[in-house]
Amino acid sequence: MDPLDTVVAEQLKSDIPDFEAGDEVAVHFRVVEGDKERIQIFRGLVIQKRGKGLNQTFTVRKISSGIGVERVFPLHSPRIAKIEQTRRGKVRRAKLFYIRKLTGKAARIEEKR
Amino acid sequence: MKGLLGKKIGMINFFDESGNSIAATVIEGGPCTVVQVKTVEKDGYQAVQLGYIERKEKNTSKPLLGHFGRAKVIPQRVLREFRDFENEVKEGDQIGVELFEKGERVKITGLSKGRGFAGVVKRHGFRGGPKTHGQSDRHRAPGSIGQSSYPKRVFKGLKMAGRMGHKRVTIENLEILKIVPERNYLLVKGGVPGARNSIVEIRK
Repeated sequence: MDPLDTVVAEQLKSDIPDFEAGDEVAVHFRVVEGDKERIQIFRGLVIQKRGKGLNQTFTVRKISSGIGVERVFPLHSPRIAKIEQTRRGKVRRAKLFYIRKLTGKAARIEEKR
Repeated sequence: MKGLLGKKIGMINFFDESGNSIAATVIEGGPCTVVQVKTVEKDGYQAVQLGYIERKEKNTSKPLLGHFGRAKVIPQRVLREFRDFENEVKEGDQIGVELFEKGERVKITGLSKGRGFAGVVKRHGFRGGPKTHGQSDRHRAPGSIGQSSYPKRVFKGLKMAGRMGHKRVTIENLEILKIVPERNYLLVKGGVPGARNSIVEIRK
């Protein structure tokens, strides 16, 4: 075992749902304002998952008042309180960057059953 | 002053208490053996000589064997002296990462990676020449290195291409993020000179 992995291992989270690109998720993100902390929920479509170990990140895309918004989260960040998987999507790619160019009906993703 | 010898293990991503992601270097600190204690009365100054990583007796020269034998310790591969050591130690003692505390600021010394014969862009951060507008062979050139008939020479110490790296480098004020006593690991914020598995000196 790589000696570095032993240090990394204790920081890895074990309660992460098994979601993939194409799924819809709700990310419960801790936001610190001054000395107050609250949870902000970011809902959207996972368009990519990349990296491994502690450096793993995922990108969530949503359309907010007509404008596409993407946010990259470190998967193992302690600031993420919870990741909720709301819908599983049927896709043929690991990275869904093509979705950025699509709008309306074309940007839909079929649900996986 | 307190100090320890260690080995650079590598770098990782570290999440602190508030969830910030910090680049951290993992260092294996000790366990080090006290090989010699120098005193003002005997040697004219106070210092502690530490040894790190055991070595076989057959690979140790006879003069060094005598030196280790005096302290009754196993021969060590690396020997370094730490002046004005604040902790009370005697020859044969083992010291490790428990010397340090989380949140302390330390200096770390190591031998930087050798870059070979490096040009001025890499070695001194020069900008090089323009990349376009009809330039040829000027992209990484140093530019002018002086004037003309006066002073008729190139000044000493002018930044030019040459051997880079493989020098003793000290980085100060590195914060200790975490200590893992069961593995003798220290996590410090930021980078540390040298390649992986190279020897580093940690000083407080």
